[in-house]
Amino acid sequence: MAINWFKYSAPSTFYGLAGKLTPWFAWPAALLFAVGLYIGFFVAPTDAIQSEAYRIIFIHVPASILSMFLYLIMAGYAALGLIFKTRLSSMMASALAPTGALFALISLWTGALWGKPMWGAWWVWDARLTSELILLFLYLGFIALQASIEDPRRADKASALLAIVGSVNVPIIYYSVQWWNTLHQGATIKMTGTSMHVAMQQSMFTVLVACWLYAIAMGLSRVRSIILEREANTQWVKELPEVKQ
Amino acid sequence: MSRLSVFGLLGLVIKRDLLLAMRRRADVLTTLIFFVMVVSLFPLGVGPEPDMLRKMAGGVLWVAALLSSMLSLPRMFSADHIDGTLEQMMLAPQSLTVMVLGKIVAHWMLSGLPLVLIAPVLGLQFDMPADAIGILMLALLLGTPVLSMIGAVGAALTLGLRGGGVLVSLLVLPLTIPVLIFGAGAVEAVSGGMDAASNLSLLGAFLLFALVFSPFVAAQALRISME
Repeated sequence: MAINWFKYSAPSTFYGLAGKLTPWFAWPAALLFAVGLYIGFFVAPTDAIQSEAYRIIFIHVPASILSMFLYLIMAGYAALGLIFKTRLSSMMASALAPTGALFALISLWTGALWGKPMWGAWWVWDARLTSELILLFLYLGFIALQASIEDPRRADKASALLAIVGSVNVPIIYYSVQWWNTLHQGATIKMTGTSMHVAMQQSMFTVLVACWLYAIAMGLSRVRSIILEREANTQWVKELPEVKQ
Repeated sequence: MSRLSVFGLLGLVIKRDLLLAMRRRADVLTTLIFFVMVVSLFPLGVGPEPDMLRKMAGGVLWVAALLSSMLSLPRMFSADHIDGTLEQMMLAPQSLTVMVLGKIVAHWMLSGLPLVLIAPVLGLQFDMPADAIGILMLALLLGTPVLSMIGAVGAALTLGLRGGGVLVSLLVLPLTIPVLIFGAGAVEAVSGGMDAASNLSLLGAFLLFALVFSPFVAAQALRISME
């Protein structure tokens, strides 16, 4: 039996698939968030140096990891859309951008909340904080460019080019910021070399998986809205039961 | 019609843009005046202590250069877009990449080069030592073309959009951060008694990297915007 590999690259077929898949990612995400945060807040022991304040790490680190990966995935989808002219890839890219920006914001916010008790300041110009801020700027640029172009095809292509240029620049920016930081100020407080407790690792890993599932669920449900919006004039959308009523 | 060589085409585009700019000198002067003004505002904002001014001069001049180069970006393609010249350029059998490079060079000569030339005067306002001023000029000479090149991509992407001026800054400024870091770093290294060679080398590397890729990417962006 021949398998049609490209069946789900058409928005009309993917719409249904995404709708079926979303709960399969959303519910495990909610469950794992609950489990991971329970372990983080109640099972993991108090840290010897940072006492209770360190517990924000269980949100901070997964959010930072996600914000970086999502930019690359978004740029990858955007590039696919630009090169192979697959509409769905471009839609996926624009569906992921707000989630990525959200994670970047959460990462900055929790970083500031963590910095106050640890470093005594809401914000320090630490290399990692600064690069995260620039990453947020890149996300916002992508979203703003897409929002200001009315023709969706041009918006997809233009923002794809921007995402590709951005992802080429990300390592350059990262290393420049790091070098700038070491030039300007002495070593900021770093995580001490103490090995992490097993419960801490479990909690962080569980929340990380939950964040991934959440990002996928959000991406799928947002891409459904984008599909509906862009294909509003097609026959298959008009025949959908949820549109008809 | 005789065939144009690549350099002939490049020269033609540069000459045309320069000629057009000379007919409307006010545009060029506005950018320059903006640069001088922004730099002069800083001492008013932070106070006139010479020690502090000397310390922040490099950074202030670089940030002002960044802002004033953003100011002139929307003009890079918009006039040609409005009167239809850009369409003719894209239909021409010659390479669009080379023509875009020509426009970038012309844009730099009109918006970047004046900043390099006026920078020593502003440096004196901030009581910078002579060797730091020399390095500042060299760093600006290497860095401002990169600003025009990255900016060209942003200008091409936002061609003809409403609110394009603010949008282009939003897109381009984060990408210019490495230039800012190493440009200001070169000046600071000299003031701190260190060698600025590493910073200048990196700026040179950015220049070459941008020179290879940005005209092509900007040409692609123009094709997307003109479809």
